[in-house]
Amino acid sequence: MTEPLPIELTVNGRDRRVEVLPHHTLLQALREDLGLTGTKECCLVGECGACTVLVDGRSVDSCLMLAAEADGSVVLTVEGLATGGELSPLQQAFLDTSAAQCGFCIPGQLLSAQALLAEVPHPTRAQIEEGLAGNLCRCAGYEQIIEAVRAAAAGAAEAPAIPPAVGDRAAIPDATVAPQ
Amino acid sequence: MTGSQGYVADLPHDDVLHVKLVALDVARARIGRIETSGALAVPGVLAVLTPADLPDPMPRFGPQRRDRPVLAVGETKYHGEPVAAVAAETLDAAEEAAAQVRVAFEELPALHSIEAALAADASLVQDPSLRPGDPCAATNILHDHHYGWGDVEAAAGDAEVVVEGRYDFPMVTQFAIEPHAFMAAPDGDGIVVWSAIQHPYWLQRVVADLLALPLSKVRVIAPDPGGAFGGKQHAKYEPLLAFLARATGRRVRLVLTLEETFQAVRRGASSVHVRSGFRRDGTLVFRDIEADYLIGAYADIADRTVAKGSYTSNGPYRVPNVRIHARSVLSHTVPSTAFRGFGNPQQIWAVESNMNEAAEQLGIDPLDLRLRNLAGPGEAFIPHDTSADGDWAQAVGRAAELIDWGGPRPAGRGRGIAVGLKSGPTTGLSYATVRLLVDGSVVVNAGTSDMGQGARTIFAQIAADELGAPVDWVTVVMGDTAVVPYDQQTSASRSSVLMGNAVLAACRDVQSKVRAMAASAEGVDQAAIVVDRGEVRLPDGRILPIRDAVARGLGRLGGEVMGIGESRKEAEPDHPLGGTSAFYEFNCTAVEVEVDRETGDVALTRHVTVSDVGKALHPGQVRGQDEGAAIMGLGHTLMEHYILDEGGRIRNLGAIDYRIPTTMDLPARMESDAIENADGPGPYGAKGMSEGALLPVSPAVAAAVHDATGVWIRDLPLSPERVWHALQEATAEAADR
Repeated sequence: MTEPLPIELTVNGRDRRVEVLPHHTLLQALREDLGLTGTKECCLVGECGACTVLVDGRSVDSCLMLAAEADGSVVLTVEGLATGGELSPLQQAFLDTSAAQCGFCIPGQLLSAQALLAEVPHPTRAQIEEGLAGNLCRCAGYEQIIEAVRAAAAGAAEAPAIPPAVGDRAAIPDATVAPQ
Repeated sequence: MTGSQGYVADLPHDDVLHVKLVALDVARARIGRIETSGALAVPGVLAVLTPADLPDPMPRFGPQRRDRPVLAVGETKYHGEPVAAVAAETLDAAEEAAAQVRVAFEELPALHSIEAALAADASLVQDPSLRPGDPCAATNILHDHHYGWGDVEAAAGDAEVVVEGRYDFPMVTQFAIEPHAFMAAPDGDGIVVWSAIQHPYWLQRVVADLLALPLSKVRVIAPDPGGAFGGKQHAKYEPLLAFLARATGRRVRLVLTLEETFQAVRRGASSVHVRSGFRRDGTLVFRDIEADYLIGAYADIADRTVAKGSYTSNGPYRVPNVRIHARSVLSHTVPSTAFRGFGNPQQIWAVESNMNEAAEQLGIDPLDLRLRNLAGPGEAFIPHDTSADGDWAQAVGRAAELIDWGGPRPAGRGRGIAVGLKSGPTTGLSYATVRLLVDGSVVVNAGTSDMGQGARTIFAQIAADELGAPVDWVTVVMGDTAVVPYDQQTSASRSSVLMGNAVLAACRDVQSKVRAMAASAEGVDQAAIVVDRGEVRLPDGRILPIRDAVARGLGRLGGEVMGIGESRKEAEPDHPLGGTSAFYEFNCTAVEVEVDRETGDVALTRHVTVSDVGKALHPGQVRGQDEGAAIMGLGHTLMEHYILDEGGRIRNLGAIDYRIPTTMDLPARMESDAIENADGPGPYGAKGMSEGALLPVSPAVAAAVHDATGVWIRDLPLSPERVWHALQEATAEAADR
């Protein structure tokens, strides 16, 4: 194995110095060296978008970028989206539209959407589709993800679709009876 | 949402051994000597596990047959089957060492089609010694299933129009965005296994059996899967990790590559022949179905998918004479397993396509043909099973209305419609405990696996509703067999119904204890007290919030009120599936397409999906499940399939060469709706609903392609190449005439 290289980068507003192996990716550095496991690993060939982060404001598949290449850059991961315990407008919109199912692709979706909105603050549906085309969601919650991005862009999330609780009391069957 | 959710691969692993599987780049091979010295010489490598390091005979496991070896022994049976495994201090070292393991092998011809596996001179995928007492052991048929009622032969004479065809469905893979990840570690005299598994309690049994441990010494920790879709129901590499943990005395960790997940899980391919007899007015007289499913080299749960998919394959129709014959055919391919729809999409592709072709031949609108034959509410459409538990015509009518079925089609576009029916769970057992804490907050223990269907939220809603706590005061604990009581499994869209009922029952148990507490505190008869929705109503008219009654009842030491709930769906040994259906999933899908005649590309301009859900406990999640299932259905309909070479190797492993739908593949307009009549067996009248919207996508799209082009296509996917070729052939045929 070759010797580790020291790199310095700013991650989610914090200056970090780590030693990385020359062949290790930014994804590995984030997950393994910095413990930021919100960035996900799936295809490792830049097709699924699960590992999307922002590097100097641009969305990047962190599985395709060597950690050493990120030396001196400013990186934003999903862990850096919420500030002071408050979800970002985009995160809040994803919650309000029930856009997350299993949740595994969501960090990547959020970062791609963040990059899109930074570039195009009021995107059309086609622009959102294109902006998120590199982020696979196998739960295929795409419609609600697109709605979330639109809602965040509109500056005000839709009213929560989540009812506080279920309950049509007239229709409650006796819970002690085994179903059919 | 914040990146803090811990999936298996995110759990701390500073002091683990990283595992890498060793597999051959062939499907079937005779395994010779395995040379490990080069691998062991790699710095940081602690172990190279080969079959010689495992008990003899090789330990085997599986939910239906104990046929899958922990490592391939004697012969590899499919492309990617591991023959050895390396454990090292770093992943780099494990990968390097895995490449250094030298395996002598001789490639053997692989059976990877139904025809080849059923040929008279075909070699046997499984040694007959693995199948003692099995009458089919000398063939590659794992199981022959016969279902039906009435007399198809006798009824054939009554049919005025007979429509038949053969419909093929390819191998496709679950492609969860979270690749399977596993850890195992010795734990005193027992073991802990971490896996994103849907059935942690099944896995607990498998590991306990293999290691000869009592259940109490096997702890399965099952963090929420990052997508599963059936592909994480049953044990895959957990047994291997358990043996490695024992061999090394260390915590071991394996995260599959996406490519390796293709070689771990897939859906069964199929070839289904359907023959349907009608009267001229469209009334179905008989149905005759012959289905072959190409399952893999080991049974996994594949044969159950064949059984369940075939048993209901006549669909939601009133047909007096039905004959269904289905076979599970073993092959040298990746073991097929559960995948959203569980054997049904293959049959529904065939039977609903056949219905659409019949509509054309009869000159009857496909919508009318379905409404004419659809079972009405309460009708016993499958003798001796659960009768129709919904007003399915309502869903069909709603879908037709949304797409304006009878209205004019925009120029160049075609429309298609289809329905899908799937049997829910046939047996079930779920326990839940609910703890109402002294401050009125609630902890729910429920052994469901939340893989994105939103079970955690549903259970929190139920507890919040029943016990008067805000939803965000409810914590739902799942995924740890040492902590959470038994649940049979998370499958068949069961959890809102079966575990939901258990949670509801546990809440009612808490309520009854609170009632007793309040009666004692007030010195009144229990029967005079009502506990409802977080309120305790006393006979003198006072109403106490439940938390006040609990705090008072618990007294100075505080504590909590514990409730236990149980929900059962008993087995019925004489039933062909071992139990009747707890509920049915029913969906009607209607689509509109535009076909590019130059390229064969099929674009969806409209996609309407309507499911009968009983009660939408969480409308946002119901929508997510319906639309997600619909788009997943578009995947196998339009683009997904394994490509095998002559030798049975998968040529399109991974995300570049195997495409799943992206945002660029969405229908131009997607509409979903839910029919709610509170007629399900779950809490508040809910039914399971997470699979229905996938079921009829393929036949609806194929019918729309026909409507647009006049061409019927009976193979999936409806890829541009296939559609283009079909259009070319049709043009050539037309020119010949």
